[in-house]
Amino acid sequence: MSVGILRKALSMTDQNVHTHQFENGLMLIVEEMPDVQSAAFSMLIPAGCVYDPPGQHGAASMLSDLLTRGAGERDSRELSSTLDNLGLQRSEHVGARHTSVYGAAVADKLNECLRIYGDILMRPVLPEDQFEAVRMGAEHSLLSIEDDPQRKTMIELRRRSFTRPWGLPADGSLADLPNITHNSLRSHFENCFRPNGSILGIAGKVDTQEVIQVVGEALGEWPQKPVLDVSPGETGPKRDFIEQDTAQTHIGLSYKSVAYPDPDYYNAWAAASVLSGGMSARLFTEVREKRGLCYSISASQASMKHEGRVICYAGTSNERAQETLDVTLQELKRLGDGIEQSELDRCKARAKSSLIMQQESSRGRASSLARNWFLLGEIRMLEEVREKIDALTVDSILEYVHRMPAEDFTVLTIGPKSLEVNS
Amino acid sequence: MQFHEKTFANDLKIVVESNASVHSIAVGFFVRTGARDESPELNGVSHFLEHMAFKGTENFTADDVNRIFDEVGAEYNASTSEEVTIFYASILPEYLPQTFEVLAGILFPTLRQDDFDMEKNVILEEISMYQDQPMHIAYENAMLRHFAGHPLGVSILGTLDSVGALTSEQMRQYHADHYRGGNITLAVAGNIDPEVIFELASQYCSHWPGGRHERPIPEAEPASGEISIVTKESSIQQNVVQVAPAPPAHSEMRFASELLSIVLGEDGGSRIYWDIVDPGHADFADLGYYDYDGSGAYMTWLGCQPDSTIDNLKRIQDIYAEVNENGVNDVELEQAKNKIASRIVLRSERPMGRLSSLGGNWVYRQDYRSVADDLASLKALTLDDIRETLGRYPLGVSTTAAVGPLAELNL
Repeated sequence: MSVGILRKALSMTDQNVHTHQFENGLMLIVEEMPDVQSAAFSMLIPAGCVYDPPGQHGAASMLSDLLTRGAGERDSRELSSTLDNLGLQRSEHVGARHTSVYGAAVADKLNECLRIYGDILMRPVLPEDQFEAVRMGAEHSLLSIEDDPQRKTMIELRRRSFTRPWGLPADGSLADLPNITHNSLRSHFENCFRPNGSILGIAGKVDTQEVIQVVGEALGEWPQKPVLDVSPGETGPKRDFIEQDTAQTHIGLSYKSVAYPDPDYYNAWAAASVLSGGMSARLFTEVREKRGLCYSISASQASMKHEGRVICYAGTSNERAQETLDVTLQELKRLGDGIEQSELDRCKARAKSSLIMQQESSRGRASSLARNWFLLGEIRMLEEVREKIDALTVDSILEYVHRMPAEDFTVLTIGPKSLEVNS
Repeated sequence: MQFHEKTFANDLKIVVESNASVHSIAVGFFVRTGARDESPELNGVSHFLEHMAFKGTENFTADDVNRIFDEVGAEYNASTSEEVTIFYASILPEYLPQTFEVLAGILFPTLRQDDFDMEKNVILEEISMYQDQPMHIAYENAMLRHFAGHPLGVSILGTLDSVGALTSEQMRQYHADHYRGGNITLAVAGNIDPEVIFELASQYCSHWPGGRHERPIPEAEPASGEISIVTKESSIQQNVVQVAPAPPAHSEMRFASELLSIVLGEDGGSRIYWDIVDPGHADFADLGYYDYDGSGAYMTWLGCQPDSTIDNLKRIQDIYAEVNENGVNDVELEQAKNKIASRIVLRSERPMGRLSSLGGNWVYRQDYRSVADDLASLKALTLDDIRETLGRYPLGVSTTAAVGPLAELNL
C-alpha cells in the first residue's frame, strides 16, 4: 500500500463561486451547491471585542445578546418564533475583530431569513428594559468560567499570548461589568455595525443572481460608517500560575508563529499538524500513548490576520504535572530535529479528506468563504488549497521550524501547585 | 438514499444506506454492550475496553492503528454509553478497504499487558478530568441515584478504585462474553455500493464468534423524592440535575417526548428558556429526553447562582405542572415541528449525520427509518399524542442531584 499516493487524482467538484460588492461596501460571496438541500449564511461584521472601550470589556458580547431581542416590527419573542418557524438554525459569535452571525435552513427559506437579518443588523430594537437580563446573563457566563478550569486555562493563556486587545476574552471581566450600560451597547452598535468591512458568505442550493437581489433589498441601504482604529498594546506575562484546588493541573503553552496571510502559513499549519493533527501525531503519541500522562493534550495553529501563535494544552493529574510539562516542552522543541516523510504524508491525507468532506456542508462552505475573504482578501478555492498542501515538503516545513522554533514560551498553569519551566 | 440489509451466519447485522450525491462514507460498528452490563467489580471495563481496542491486534500495533487512520485522513473516534459501544470513522470512498480492515480488526484486540497497564493511567487521568467538571458529577450522581438497583444506575467511566483494580484477564473474559456477532451491528452510510460492504464484511467479520448476550431490560421504577447533594465550597455556580421517567427506546411515544422536550426546555425558544434563561435568572436551564433499552428519562439541567436555585427549580416545576394539566398549544406544536424538520434535513446531508440514526434504529428497534419516514412521523404528531404521553409519563421530578456551594436543598 502506497502511503499518501492516491490511486486517482482527487478532483474537487467544480466549485461555483461568485463575488459581488455592493455600493455601500458590503462584500457578498456566493457558492452554488446543487447537491444539497440546505442554504447557509455566515456574516462577519467589524464589531468585535477589540472595539470594546477601555474599562468596558464585554460590551460587544453583551450587544450580541441584546441584538436579537427584537428587530424591525417584531419584539424578542416574535423574532425568535418567526425564525424558529422558518427552521433557521442560528448562532452569534463575538471574536476579536468581528461579531459574526450564522444561520442555516432548508434552501427555500433562505430569502425570508435574509430579509429578517436585514432588520436585525440595521433596525434592532435594543430594548432598554431587557438590558438587566443581558447584564445578568453576562455575569453568569463570567462566573461559570471559574468552575471550568480547562476553559479558564485557554482564556487566560490567550490573554497573555497575543498583542492586546487581541487575545482578550470576548466575555470581558467581572471588574469591567459594572461599567457597561445600555448606552455602551447602543454606542457599540452605532459605531461598529456597518456594511463597509462586513463580509457575507452564502452557500447551498441557491441561485447567485437571486441571492444578490435579495441581499441588495435587505442590506443595500445600510449606511456606511467610518472605520475605527485599534492601537496595539502589550503581551504577557510570559509566566503565570493561578492557584486553584483542582483534581488536575491544567497547562497552557504558546509560542510565536505566523499570521494567516503569511506565505509560510501552510508550513506552519503542517508543523502544528505533525505535533497534534491526529492520534499518530507527536504529542498524543509521546505524552499520552507512551507515558499515559494525560487524557487531553493538543497543539493547534491559531493564526489571525496580523499575528499567529501555536496554542497548546495538557490536562494532567497533579502529581505528574511537572513531568507532563517537561515532556511536552521537549516534544515541541524536538520538532526542529527532523520530520519523517510519512508524518507529512499523513498531514496531507488528513487535509485533503477534510477539504473534500467540507463540500458536503453548506455551513462549512459559507463560513470558509467569509473567513478567507477577511484573512486573504480573496476567495481561496478548495483546489488551490489542495495544491498548496501538495507543494509542502519536509524541507520546507523544517526551514520554517528553524526560522520560528518553539522557544520563548508563554506558560500559564492552573492547579494546586506551580510548575518549573525547564526551557 | 437506498437501504440494504443483510444478516450473516454469525448473527452479525449489516445495514447500508447508500447515497450517490455525497462525497464521503461513514462506517460504524455498534456493539450492544455498555456500563449497564457490568457487575460492580467490573465497573468501567466497557469504556476501558473501548480504549484498548485502539491498542491493536496481532496484525496491527497501537502505533499502526493510529498511523493508518491518519494515513487515510479519517475523522474517527469511539464512544461508550450505558448500553452501546460505537467505533466509527468517516472517510473518502477510495480509502474504504484499508479503513475497514483496521476498524473491523480492532473489535477483536489482543489486549497486550503492557498496553493495558499504560492505558489504565490514561483512563485514571480521564476520570480526574471529569472530577473538575461539577456538572458531570451531578449527572453521574443523578443516574446512580435515580436508577439505583437498576442496571442503568451505573457510572460509565468507573471510579479510580474500580478501574485501578481491573485486570486484563477480566477484560478478556468480558470481551468474549459481549463482543459476539449477535451483539454487533455494522452500519454504513454514504457514497458506496452495498455489495462492496458485504464483501468486506465477509472478508473481515464472518469469522467472528456468533451468539448474543442477553441483558435484562426491565423498565426502571425509581423511588420518588431522592436527593443527592455534594457540597463544593470552592464552586461558584450551583449545578442541579433532575430526573423523571420517560418512554423507553422502543416506545412509539418517543417522538412525542422528543418534541415535548424541545417545546418545554430547548436552549432557545422554549418555555424554560423564556421563563428562566432569557430574563437572566440562570446561566443555563434545559430539558432533554433520553431513551434507553427498556427505560427512559427526562433530565432537567440547571446552572445558576446558589441563592437563585430554589426559585429556579420552582419555576421549572410550575412549567411542568402547567403542561401536565393543559398539554402544549398548537402554535408551540407547529413551531417545534418546523424546528425539528429543518434539523432532520440538515443533519442528513452528511453521512456522519446519518450514521447514529441508521445504527441506533437497528440496534434498538431493528428498524430502518429514512429521512422521509422521520419527517412523516414528525408531521403526524398531534396534540392528542402529546397528551397521551404526558398522561403515561408526566413531567416532574423523581430524583435530584446537586453539586455546588449549597449544603442543602429544601425542595
